Amino acid sequence: MIRIEPREMPSKWWTVGIPIMSALVAILLAAIPLALAGANIFEAYTQMAKGIFGSTFAFTEMLTRATPLIFTGLAATIAFRAKLWNIGAEGQLYLGAMAAVTVGTGLIDAPSFILIPVILFAGAISGAVGMAAPTYLKTRFGADEVVTTLLLNFIIIIFLQMMLEGPLKDPMGMGWPQSEPILENGILPQLIPRMRIHAGLIIALISAGLVHLLLSKSIWGFKTRAVGENAPAALHAGINVNRTFMGAAVVSGAIAGLAGVSEVAGLRGYLTTDLSPGFGYTGIVVAMLAGLSPIGVVISAIFIASIFVGADTMSRAIGVSSYLADLVVAISLICVLIGGFVARYRFIRTNKVNA
Amino acid sequence: MDILQILLNESFWAATLRIATPLIFGVLGALICEKSGVLNLGIEGIFVAGAMAGWMAVWFGFTLWMGLLVAVIVGGTFGLIHAILTVPLGLSQHVSGLGVTLLATSISYFTYRTALPKLSSPPKIEPFQPLDIPYISEIPFIGLVLAEQTAMTWLALFMVVLVWWILNRTPLGLSIRAVGDNPDAVDAQGLSVYGLRIGAIVVGSSVMALGGAFLTMSAFDSFFFGMVNGRGWICIALVIFASWRPGKALLGAILFGAFDAFQVRLQTEVGAFLPSQVFLMAPYVLSIIALVIVARRAEYPRALLKPWFKGAR
Amino acid sequence: MKNTQVLSLKNLSKRFGSVVANNSVNIELYRGEVLSLLGENGAGKTTLMNMLFGHYLPDSGSIDVLGNDGQMRKLVLGHPQASLDAGIGMVHQHFTLAENLTVLDNILLGSEKLWAWRHDRNKARNKILKIIDRTGLSAPLDEKVARLTVGERQRVEILKALYHEVKILVLDEPTAVLTPQEADALFENINSMTKDGLSVIFISHKLREVLKFSNRIAVLRHGEKVGEIATSDANERVIARMMVGEETIKNPRDKIQLGNPILQLNEVSVKGDSMRTSLNRTNFTIHENEIVGIAGVSGNGQSVLAKLISGLIDPDSGDLLIEGENVEYFSPNGMQSLGVGRIPEDRHHDGVVGAMSVAENLVIERLQDKDVNKNGFLQNRAIKENAKALIEKYDIRGPGIDAKASLLSGGNIQKLILARVFECKPNVILANQPTRGLDLGAANEVARHLLEARGRGAGVLLISEDLDEILALSDRIMVIHNGSLIETVNKDREVIGLMMAGEKI
Repeated sequence: MIRIEPREMPSKWWTVGIPIMSALVAILLAAIPLALAGANIFEAYTQMAKGIFGSTFAFTEMLTRATPLIFTGLAATIAFRAKLWNIGAEGQLYLGAMAAVTVGTGLIDAPSFILIPVILFAGAISGAVGMAAPTYLKTRFGADEVVTTLLLNFIIIIFLQMMLEGPLKDPMGMGWPQSEPILENGILPQLIPRMRIHAGLIIALISAGLVHLLLSKSIWGFKTRAVGENAPAALHAGINVNRTFMGAAVVSGAIAGLAGVSEVAGLRGYLTTDLSPGFGYTGIVVAMLAGLSPIGVVISAIFIASIFVGADTMSRAIGVSSYLADLVVAISLICVLIGGFVARYRFIRTNKVNA
Repeated sequence: MDILQILLNESFWAATLRIATPLIFGVLGALICEKSGVLNLGIEGIFVAGAMAGWMAVWFGFTLWMGLLVAVIVGGTFGLIHAILTVPLGLSQHVSGLGVTLLATSISYFTYRTALPKLSSPPKIEPFQPLDIPYISEIPFIGLVLAEQTAMTWLALFMVVLVWWILNRTPLGLSIRAVGDNPDAVDAQGLSVYGLRIGAIVVGSSVMALGGAFLTMSAFDSFFFGMVNGRGWICIALVIFASWRPGKALLGAILFGAFDAFQVRLQTEVGAFLPSQVFLMAPYVLSIIALVIVARRAEYPRALLKPWFKGAR
Repeated sequence: MKNTQVLSLKNLSKRFGSVVANNSVNIELYRGEVLSLLGENGAGKTTLMNMLFGHYLPDSGSIDVLGNDGQMRKLVLGHPQASLDAGIGMVHQHFTLAENLTVLDNILLGSEKLWAWRHDRNKARNKILKIIDRTGLSAPLDEKVARLTVGERQRVEILKALYHEVKILVLDEPTAVLTPQEADALFENINSMTKDGLSVIFISHKLREVLKFSNRIAVLRHGEKVGEIATSDANERVIARMMVGEETIKNPRDKIQLGNPILQLNEVSVKGDSMRTSLNRTNFTIHENEIVGIAGVSGNGQSVLAKLISGLIDPDSGDLLIEGENVEYFSPNGMQSLGVGRIPEDRHHDGVVGAMSVAENLVIERLQDKDVNKNGFLQNRAIKENAKALIEKYDIRGPGIDAKASLLSGGNIQKLILARVFECKPNVILANQPTRGLDLGAANEVARHLLEARGRGAGVLLISEDLDEILALSDRIMVIHNGSLIETVNKDREVIGLMMAGEKI
């Protein structure tokens, strides 16, 4: 018979080891669908590696892909730390992007050092509102935020379609539902000439640092953690739980909004409804893989971006569907969940039941 | 055509029932899981998997009913993954459910792309046809509404009765209701908390998969990406709206279907004044409003979301 | 009394890691007797019973149960079903009832074939009615358990066991939630059941009841059986010494002159979940240098009263005055700043954030203080210094100040809360069930701190289910019943017991 007992003090090794192991297991398990698809597994992995490390361009592409994931991973991290289930980063991302094109395509014209912060700020506010609303419904009416944020994702994307066929539509877009391009002064600067990598990455890294600082060193972070770990005790100790939820919601939504700004003002230049291939949802995996650590988010975002970029290259080279990447991401989430369990508990073989 | 005319039209009610059918399966499936104390956010992915697996089985030569069986087995398998993660391992039901959704969705898409690469238009199957039951179609009004339904809608209606009976009239149902309220009560009587919960999740997930299968095998005749489009999440909202009662779940799904069918018809009337997206948004907005209205009064199963470990009392 | 043996625990041992929970325990039980199992918290009673019920697997030893054929048979260990089949039933301290089901359904649960197509409720109902006839245990069969009182729920638990035709019934602290009179009625019922041949193991730490209702007493200490005695040969002193190994130390309580009123409630009404748990036009005053005890069976308005004084809820009407000042806004923060220290009833649920460190939990109520909070950032060095000083001063034992609070034992968590509360030198202290589940040492520590606070001029509101604790510590005693508070004239246990049951004296 096997008994399960909690470990008294999970060692530090586990907290780093589990995600790495999960990532490796997920990549290795990808061999099964690859084999079923009839691909040469060795060739597939080689192509994947080439897609990430094959050239400076490939590597910067991977970092470009990691940028929005750092933002959405941070958004999930903050919310989940407060046990606020923000599954709506996808919608908040689009809200941020919409705000960016609203103010950035000619509403105001100013030099870069003014326009870029204004666009960032507008996107953050917009994303924050996108999470504050379901949080209000939660604290005021008790409506489960998982369901509301999930449904809001659909509402926001339809709203975006409406805007792109209406007020935000580019008259020069030859009928395509897309926004006007963001003004030259509003575009985030490129980091390396002729590469797509842009200053959004720097903003993402700064955000990660700030979130880490806020969560571990500030009173705000203390309250957020306390509410997340034991809301009744936090309430009893005099922490305003609803206000703390709202604080976490605003910061989480704002950072998700920045993901949208970064994509639209750093990468695309204009907004369409396919700006994000599910960055908001993938952000949840990024956050879980990082064990809800803001610094860890940077690393896991890079890992997940590598999977996506690598799978794209492999898909082009040997014709296996790039949905393989989503599969690997899903498997790594499940592995890290199981890994987290193994870290917290230990399995003890007890002596046989004597009949 | 005014509103009354819409409501008195058989084709409106036939459409209502058609839209409601996948939701009935979904809500019943979610209800079975939640009654046992486990939230199953894998529903969205299980819908996709059920839709893809059932359709593909038929595409590769299975009969429609065999296709449904395949969908049920696939749904149950993803349910089993969720069950293992959340019941004996006691992991976060939220995160595990989302993980199952990601997994089921990506496996379905990958399989579809791998099995049917490079198709310009989605291939079609011969779906379920409206079931011609003697006498029923002769009933005025209702008969005409029902005559347009396929066997799957009838199956959904039968499932409502079946689930209600099992939950309220059998020892098994009693045990499931008890395990969702106080697992210790079940454990103290020598019943297996793990067994009941795992069983409920697997069965519930199988029922959810039928909802997905309805989309590709009855409502439409092909599979395409993004076709589930949040229906699973709407079911999660509807379960709360239905206070975890099968009868109310049916009512909720039909109300929802009626609203959806109504807005489509309204759109043709007033579409000139409002952008079409307003109508597309409506179901999701409606779900949120319904949730807000009932949230405070909802009597959640007391053990919902709470992991239970053997011997940790 | 020596007739047929029905149960024999032989050399049962169980250790958890380095902790010995039970060491070679031997216990016999005979038909128709009531055996009391006495011991402090942590003495190993629960572990022993969990082995009997197959929830834990013993490291060594065996259990024999009388079979239907009249022979003693070895019980299959580690299998709850085997224990149930052998006719062993238990009424837990925390009831194992599903509140969304009716009484009948709760009793029915697990007694039928799982895969049957329908219930046979009528047959079950008749069988239960017969049991009710025979024992006098009554319960409304078609009512949902959620609507029952605690006493009724307990009777349902016993009915459930009898329905399953148990031969051995274990009652785990059955009177903790009952008034003395309800408890007497329970023992009345048990007496008639033992005449039918039922054997009862009665777990308790209340000496008085044990002496009154059992035939034999077995005492556990530190996981070992330290003594066994026929009840007729025992008295309180003898067993108390067996239990704790020494005479209990009583805290000295000297007479103190009362000061000014420090906490006053004028006509305060607060709505609870039901009439019973609401506060109804309550008036009382607590003075400086005074401990006022609130006695009563839980679920009679105590938690609403505690929530009010903790600042968690607002009164619907009436005034609450602290040091003569009317309180306008009710919030936990506001109450703290008015000098109210609060020891919560459920220390794990409301007292500490288990996943945060001991050091962090020690400052969680002082987040706006300058030594903790500088421009919105935590002063980690000061927080650690504070923690080091307090674990020393309050003797909080555990893996250290950076360890998670959840790793502390119940007693040490309570000491952590005491440190947090008493370091702020509160003028009013709300102590809600402050010693529940604590061992004698930790309980004495709590009492010492409360008396110390009284000594330096604080007013204490002590809410407790333990009448002995209230009698020992309080200057004045009020009884709460159905949301109404009535002051007692003296410390007569019998009278207070009747008042707890709602009798007008």
